[in-house]
This record gives sequence, C-alpha cells and structure tokens, in this order.
Amino acid sequence: MRNVPSDTPVRLVVINAGVGDPSTTRLLADQVAQKSIEAFEAAGLKTSLSVVDLAPLAGDIARAMVAGFPGEKLAEVLEKLAGADAVIAAAPVYKAGLSGLFKSFVDLMDNDLLIARPMILVATAGSARHAMVLDDHMRALFAFMRALPVPTAIFAAPEDWSAPELSRRIARAARELAAFVSSGVGRDIAGEAWEQYQHQFGSKAARTDQGGEIVDFDTDLMRLATGGAAK
Amino acid sequence: MQFGIFSVSDVTRNPLTGSTPSEATRIDAIVQIAKKADEVGLDVFALGEHHNPPFFSSSPTTLLASIAAQTRNILLSTSTTLITTNDPVRIAEDYAMLQHVSKGRMDLMLGRGNTVPVYPWFGQDIRNGVALALEHYNLLHKLWREDVVDWDGKFRTPLQGFTSSPRPLDDVPPFVWHGSIRTPEIAEQAAYYGNGFFANNVLAANFHFVPLVNFYRERFAHYGHGTKEQAIVGLGGQAFIARNSQDAFDSFRPFFEGNPLYGNSYGLEDFAKGTPLSVGSPQQVIDKTLTFQEAFGDYQRQLWVVDAMGLPLDMALEQVELLGTEVVPVLRREMAARRSAGAAEAPTHQSLVAAKYGSAAPRQPTPNANRGDNLTGARPYQDTAEDVSAKLPLVG
Repeated sequence: MRNVPSDTPVRLVVINAGVGDPSTTRLLADQVAQKSIEAFEAAGLKTSLSVVDLAPLAGDIARAMVAGFPGEKLAEVLEKLAGADAVIAAAPVYKAGLSGLFKSFVDLMDNDLLIARPMILVATAGSARHAMVLDDHMRALFAFMRALPVPTAIFAAPEDWSAPELSRRIARAARELAAFVSSGVGRDIAGEAWEQYQHQFGSKAARTDQGGEIVDFDTDLMRLATGGAAK
Repeated sequence: MQFGIFSVSDVTRNPLTGSTPSEATRIDAIVQIAKKADEVGLDVFALGEHHNPPFFSSSPTTLLASIAAQTRNILLSTSTTLITTNDPVRIAEDYAMLQHVSKGRMDLMLGRGNTVPVYPWFGQDIRNGVALALEHYNLLHKLWREDVVDWDGKFRTPLQGFTSSPRPLDDVPPFVWHGSIRTPEIAEQAAYYGNGFFANNVLAANFHFVPLVNFYRERFAHYGHGTKEQAIVGLGGQAFIARNSQDAFDSFRPFFEGNPLYGNSYGLEDFAKGTPLSVGSPQQVIDKTLTFQEAFGDYQRQLWVVDAMGLPLDMALEQVELLGTEVVPVLRREMAARRSAGAAEAPTHQSLVAAKYGSAAPRQPTPNANRGDNLTGARPYQDTAEDVSAKLPLVG
C-alpha cells in the first residue's frame, strides 16, 4: 500500500455486480464514486477512477471457479484491485443474500488481496426488508478479507431513490472514506505489519504493491525444511 | 537438458468410444508408452503414485522396475512419490532397490499428494501434510547417506542403530526432486539440500510458477550450492501434437471437452493460449516450450503429460513418437543454443558418481558376516567407519 497523500492520485476502484443496463446498482455506485472523488478533493487528493462491471466477466468468473485459476481478463481486474488505494464494492441483493456473481468474484480473490484497504460497501435491493444483508453479510465477508469498510454502508431500496437522506448518507460514507485514505491508516496497518497477515506464496497482493513475496523463515516448518526438528 | 513424459496414471473414459479401459489394460498400456519413449530417445519417463481408483499406480517402484527391465536408456522417475503417507524407511529401501535393478537409471520426485482420505488410509493426517513431507525427507536424506541411523522425530517411531538396505548403488543416493506448486517450505528444503525443484506447470496460467522457482533459485544460492542459474529446475507441461495445428485441435478437442477437470472450464483455444498446455504442430509445441526457458531461466528437465484424458494407447504412442522425433530433437538444439554457459547439467547417476569419486572406484558396501542372530551390529558393513556407533535401545 502506498503512501497517501502524495502527488499521485488515489486509485479508486469500483466493483459493480449489477447486471442490468442501466443498473441501479451501477447508478448508486457511480453516485458513491462521485461523492468520494469530491471528498478526496476536499482533502487535497486527486483521484484516478476505474470501474469494473462484473456482468461482462460473468462467464470468466464461472470458468475461473471451475478451473481454479483466473483467465487473463480476470487476472487484470484482480491486479487492479491489488493496487487500489480505496474500493467501492456494489452488489444487488437477490433472494435474501448478496448477488452470487459478486460473491463468486470475491471467492476468486487471494485472501490477502484487500488487507487494510479502505472501502465503501454498497447494495441495492427490491425491498427494504433486505437492508441488513449489507451489514450482516457483506461486512462479514470483508471482515474475513481483513479489509477496512467505512462505518457507513450505502443501501438503497426503491423508496430510497426519492429520499434526500440517501444523498446525505452517501456524502457521509464518502467523507469517511476520504478520512481513512488521507489518514494513511491502511498503510499503517498493512504497510508495517504486512508479514503478520497470512499470505499464500504467489498471491496477487504480493506481486504488485508489496514488491515481492513475504516468506517468514522464522517458523517451525522452515526449521524443519532445513534439517531442524518440528516442535 | 532432459526431455521426457510423466503420467498421472489416471484411468479415464475414452470420450470417443465411451469405453473405459480396465486397470489391466492401462497398466499394459503404460509399459508400452514407456518403452516407446525409450525407443524414440526421450530421456525420462515418470509415473505418479495414487491409492484410489480411477488411478492404477499405487506401487510405482514395482512398475518402474518392470519398465527398467524392458528399456535400455531412459531414466525412470516418479511424479510424484508420496513423501507424506509413505514411511520414509520404505521409500529408502524401495527406491534403493529400484536404483540397483535399474543400474542407476532412476531418480524420484517427492510430493505431498492432495487426496484428503489417503492420509488416514496410511495412518496420517492431512493437516500435518507439509510437516510430514519435510520431516520424512530429512529422515530419507539421512537413511541414504549414513550406514547407521539414530533418529527421533514427531511422525514415526524413533530409529536406533538402523541401517537401510540395500545401500544406494555405488553408495550414491538417487537424485531427489521436490515437487510443489505453492509451498515455499518445500522449495526451501530442496534448496537447503541442493536437490532439484519441480513445478508441474499444468492447470495454471502461463508462468504462474515463476515466483516459486525463482525463490528456490535464490535459496539454492543462499545455501552455497552454486549460483541461482546453477539450481536444478524441472518443469511439467502437457502436449497434444499433430502434423498441423488444426488437426491437433480437432483431434484433441473431444478429450479435452470430455474431461471433468478441463471440459467445464475455459475453452480449448483459451486454455492452450493462457496456460502451459501445448496444442498444435511440432513447431508450435517447440515455440511454446521455448517460452518456458525464457520465463523460468535455463532448466534441466522438461516433462509432458501425453497419456491423460482417456487418450487410447495408439494415440498416446503417436504423441510419444512425435515428441521424440519432431519436437525434442529441435528443442535440444534450440535450448542448447540459448543456454548460458554456467547452467547446470541435469544430474544422472553417472554424473553423481563422478562428482563423488572422481576417477576412483565407487564404494561397494559389503556386509559383515552374519553373526548367527541375523544382525551385523553397529558397524554393519566391512568398511563402515570406526567412529560409527549407535545408541542401541537399553534392555531392562
């Protein structure tokens, strides 16, 4: 994770699992991205934005699940995420749960891909009764990923699109994201303590930002590998 | 540089005919394939180890010994020998015997195995997989280098004054490759002992294994066995060859698409483009294999899978023939031309004997006479060094 603030723009990556065109999930993600860019600007930071729509990658995601490794296009997207300074993850809720496409995409990530990465969680649904999916399901998912979702998550049921509170919540989440990014908290966590997290050799996280593999030689297994005894 | 083939030993339905070969048919077939590989001048034939249907190779040394008796030049190896679930004492004995009967025409590759239920079948627990592999090799290494071994580890009963027999041929242990796809501890062990490291180089994106191979090279140099370029690297791969590219794709497609491991994932063209699978004319297979040398650096052993996915024997034999006559001769030339001067040669029994003894005669371990109790004591061989002594168990 790189040092922020700096002269180089914040690399903000939006993951959109909405499949419609236009998609309400994408629409909401765009609003969150726009407010985030404004909040970064207010904090003196420029932004470089990439948006990844998962719908065109649905076939690649399915094939990668079966093959056990991502193809070229997906590998590029995962590398982009590995290099992100901040992430907006937006998914529709279907059948009382996160979109399967979204979850399948996350299943393809290396476990250490998003460690300490500031992010905003975003979800849309056909009914307000799905509202807790965001905090009960998506937040738990990114807790497993050791990511840093901001306190405010953005949920929109049909009625929210006409409620001014939605915009206010978006602005609040964006301010939280800017505060996370400009404070450098992700760098403080992941940058200094990177080797204290679990890493799999060859993960995409290690290949990009960290500039090399983390191999801990001070372990029982490594002592055993070099002729020593297991404890 | 050695070129050869390795087999997973799968028994797979032929998707063209819908029929599945019997175990007997596949075991006969693999012997034919190995003999063909020898005839067409390939350097290595390697066989996997599995303990459940639909695989036939539960006892690789028995099968390899039979193949050794029916071949002349080809080096026999494994892909892999399960260092986790086999007792290292048995591995030491079985492979030393194979080394004797094949007159040194063998080595072996160690792997963990990824079939969860196999571990309890052999009294082990897969959660200890990496530790088992590491500790068992530490013991195997000693058993092949010390006439009398005292040993105490976590995973098997201690040994006191144990001698693994027969001693390796010419008292030179078989060369060992450590196979791994993601475990730095295995690469570290290979580097620590100066052994070979093999990446199977299948079922992953192109060059996915480069970081692990580079890690092994760096650690090989770290332990003082030579430069990074002198580390002993082997790569796998998979090939289907026909005279022209379109015929290769057309002939291979039903086997690829009919296979559960491949058929439900990427399409054949994408798979051939994005992974180390080589499908095409001899020239295309040559070109692809040369990209391995470019990405991984000079290496010592290239093996391809050519008999998987239910390929019938006649097609598998044709693959071996094309490899041996059209692909490998060109690759030998091209890779040699691109090779840096310092790159190591692939180890063989002859090269290891020469490295140990120079022009002197190799040691031929000869036991002391039986004392009448079927034991020879703490110094089992006539030339066992005087300072060898064992901690024999105390009675009473």
